[in-house]
Amino acid sequence: MIEIRKIWHYFTRYMDSFLLIGILTLMAVGLIVLYSATGANMSRVSNQIINMLVALVIMWLVANIPLQQIMRLAVPMYILGLVLLIGVSLFGEINNGARRWLNIGVTRIQPSELMKIAIPLMMAWYFDKHEITLRLKDYLGATVLLMLPVLLILRQPDLGTALLIAASGFYVLFLAGLSWRIIAGLVVTVSASLPVFWSMMHDYQRRRIMTLLDPSQDPLGAGYHTIQSSIAIGSGGIVGKGWQNGTQAQLDFLPEQSTDFIFAVFSEEFGLIGNTILLFLYLVVIARCMVITANASTQFTRLIAGSITLTFFTYIFVNMGMVSGILPIVGVPLPLISYGGTSMVTMLLGFGILMSIQTHPKLVKT
Amino acid sequence: MRRHVELRNHSVELHKFRFRLAISAGFVLVLFLILYVRFYYLQVSQQEHYHTLAEANRISISPLVPNRGLIYDRNGRVLAQNYSAYTLEVVPSKIPDLESTLNELATIIEITATDRQRFKKLLKESKRFKSLPIRSRLTDVEIATFAANRYRFPGIEIRARVLRQYPEKEIVSHIIGYISRINDQDLEQLERNEELNNYRGSQHIGKIGIEQSYEKQLHGVTGFEEVETDAAGRSIRVLSRTPSIPGNNLILSLDLGLQEAAEKAFGDRRGALVALDPNNGEVLAFVSKPGYDNNLFIGGIDQENWNLLNNSIDRPLNNRALRGVYPPGSTFKPFMALAALELGKRTPEYSMSDPGYFSLPGVERRYRDWKPGGHGRVDLHKSLVVSCDTYYYSLANDLGIDNIHSFIGQFGLGKKTGIDVEGEVSGLLPSSAWKMSQYKQKWYAGDTISVAIGQGYNLTTPLQLAFATMVIANNGKAYVPRLVKQIQNSDTGDVEDIPEKLLYSLNLKPRNLEVVKSALVDVTRPGGTAAKAGANAAYTFAGKTGTSQVIGIKQGERYNEKSINERHRDHAMFIAYAPADNPKIALAVLVENTGTGGSTAAPIARQVFDYYLLGKLPEATVAKLNELAEEHVHDHL
Repeated sequence: MIEIRKIWHYFTRYMDSFLLIGILTLMAVGLIVLYSATGANMSRVSNQIINMLVALVIMWLVANIPLQQIMRLAVPMYILGLVLLIGVSLFGEINNGARRWLNIGVTRIQPSELMKIAIPLMMAWYFDKHEITLRLKDYLGATVLLMLPVLLILRQPDLGTALLIAASGFYVLFLAGLSWRIIAGLVVTVSASLPVFWSMMHDYQRRRIMTLLDPSQDPLGAGYHTIQSSIAIGSGGIVGKGWQNGTQAQLDFLPEQSTDFIFAVFSEEFGLIGNTILLFLYLVVIARCMVITANASTQFTRLIAGSITLTFFTYIFVNMGMVSGILPIVGVPLPLISYGGTSMVTMLLGFGILMSIQTHPKLVKT
Repeated sequence: MRRHVELRNHSVELHKFRFRLAISAGFVLVLFLILYVRFYYLQVSQQEHYHTLAEANRISISPLVPNRGLIYDRNGRVLAQNYSAYTLEVVPSKIPDLESTLNELATIIEITATDRQRFKKLLKESKRFKSLPIRSRLTDVEIATFAANRYRFPGIEIRARVLRQYPEKEIVSHIIGYISRINDQDLEQLERNEELNNYRGSQHIGKIGIEQSYEKQLHGVTGFEEVETDAAGRSIRVLSRTPSIPGNNLILSLDLGLQEAAEKAFGDRRGALVALDPNNGEVLAFVSKPGYDNNLFIGGIDQENWNLLNNSIDRPLNNRALRGVYPPGSTFKPFMALAALELGKRTPEYSMSDPGYFSLPGVERRYRDWKPGGHGRVDLHKSLVVSCDTYYYSLANDLGIDNIHSFIGQFGLGKKTGIDVEGEVSGLLPSSAWKMSQYKQKWYAGDTISVAIGQGYNLTTPLQLAFATMVIANNGKAYVPRLVKQIQNSDTGDVEDIPEKLLYSLNLKPRNLEVVKSALVDVTRPGGTAAKAGANAAYTFAGKTGTSQVIGIKQGERYNEKSINERHRDHAMFIAYAPADNPKIALAVLVENTGTGGSTAAPIARQVFDYYLLGKLPEATVAKLNELAEEHVHDHL
């Protein structure tokens, strides 16, 4: 009995049970929706279970590493990510018109995925180094660190990922105390440079934004997805049509219904009640992450935890926003629910870091 | 002092950070609220509006399935084609009581028990939202009858479909294979290859044979049509259209006339024949008997026919030419003879006395020749012409198994030839290393003896034997056998040649080749084991007979054809090429359970050559050869 307890303790001592329960609940919801979204395809579901198990093991491993060790990885990871991104732009595989994957013999990897973790790590590390001085030029340096990979990813082109990574970096800047005047200045600059961005955008990206403003303008082209997913959500009503009974989903009106648009399937079948519960679950997880962030002891851990938390939120907001038709369609999965291994691993890697911050003895500066 | 400043700084920093975090939390709440408002708007305020839209989803994108590419033989004769037909299709999810609806349907349109069986099988395998065919090839009268009664059958529709047909059925079934309905495994495979989008709307996919191996060429690119529909899901008008691109046509190297001649020569016997063009590796004929009607599989085969095919003792679904493995028997000897000359273990002049058996030094066991009492003095030439076993027993002992393995391996025996159709098996050319890894046993000298005459562990496919014969016929050039000769773009009509592929070229001494090849010619002349099949040929041809043992014979026993079960009788083998001085065709024939190569397999080769080289099959030859085949003489191997 004592032995079992010891082993149990060994496996769970760096787990944050509150967070873990939240994550597992969301995953369970994900599997239930996936079963319906794939038309009862058990092999898809079991694939996803494997993805989840792999991601959970990675989370556990990361949670067991003290933050000082993870901090040491910040610079090498960032440099590796940058090298791989340059590799992609030179030798990447072209798929659906975009160059995002790098074939490294054994497997294909998507280096922009690595950057989702590497950027907050690197920037948090950077601010930790410059904690004492922290002048304007330090913020400038951090901005350069951020913009290099963002521009490379923009070129692939992968607008969605580029914006998400830019956001995760901006959160670090914001939490590190970037002055309000500069933030205001940034807002002005960005709005002023929008026409420039517009001219740099690819046709399909422009179309998506135009469509957002008025989906009915182009009901068969880019607006089709938005219209169909809005119909799915709206027709779900308050109580939903019931599990596996969503006509939009089951009759293949929805695009990408097991990945980016899985929320439309959920919403159609479980209605506003389902949405309320889902938003609440996400909110609980975010709240726990914020508590961990607030209690973090060093500049580095605070910034990394804050950035991971807010990025997680951003995924949820962008995905639900695009599926419900208030944001343009960018390829962003719904965290812990959409089908796919890569994003699952990235998410749980982030949660692993948060758990490590929470559960390892805190070094308080004296 | 400095320490103090830092400390103060630290708490200020922490305070500042927590303030920023609080602002972030507010930001999160506000944005979630916005989402919630949006959900409320969609699902409560506008619920009715969207509910109506979903019920009568007006715009549907329907795929335009491309026409599958056609398949022709080398002379343009059609092997696989498409035809349009009206099918009656059922969407199970739209019908509350399927059984009674079908019964009612059967009162106005004929639905056979087989149709029902097939439909039931489809129903089990498919999603309930999919449209499933219950009857195909509706007649005009049936279409009119149904149209008049359509209101009674919501969820049942007539659809125009393009269906596949194989006019040659059994004759080319093992080459062409078939397409059949896409199942879950196919879907997974398509998903892995990121081809799922191109199969929206496609109902069929190549499952075996050319239809499978050239799926990418044949399928084509799916187009899309955006259609406005009414509340019942019927289309009102087309809004936009991206046409599909039809699949490419395949032109095979196969000569259907030759294939038919070979089929005819086989009659009701089981076996296989592969004929290659020694100048480029083109497959001229590819027979596996019996064949099956590949049309049965297209719409999903019914249980009854499936049981018939699958449980048949003749195993018609087994592609013997590609996947059947047989001991090559004495057709192995020409390769042994070449090994002896090339490796310097024998000269053409060397001769030995054959007492009718061979014994390893110091071992009592006797390895018998097929001819009791032996062949007298035998040199290499005679050893091939009369198919002397003793000569090869002693040769094998001198060569050793690993020399045999590495030399004869160069002729492609025991490995896949790389033919352009999936499913080939590799067979086995044994070696000491193989036996060690397979059985954890060392190789014994006695094992080599039976390998020498193509028995023992030896296993080859008829395709491999044809390949090896081609390599001898063309003096050492190993061309990859290929079935598809040209690919025609069905849009532009442009024909692209698939170039021949020379795998490697063996460096064989011309004199050694000459010795072996002249002996192979004499095999088909008076005194040779295939003399009867070679009689009165208008061209010279070279060949080698063989017998492939099905069951082992104990020491001291003799093979007695009449006393054993027909299915345990030996297989007849024959490899040959013609004309001998400038080969245009090289082949391997296998006839199951009919005894010796000279009496049953060689006459088939003769008929195939006559057709290919002389253009027709003379009546007299047919009669005479059939007569010969009837004679059951077991006088030579």
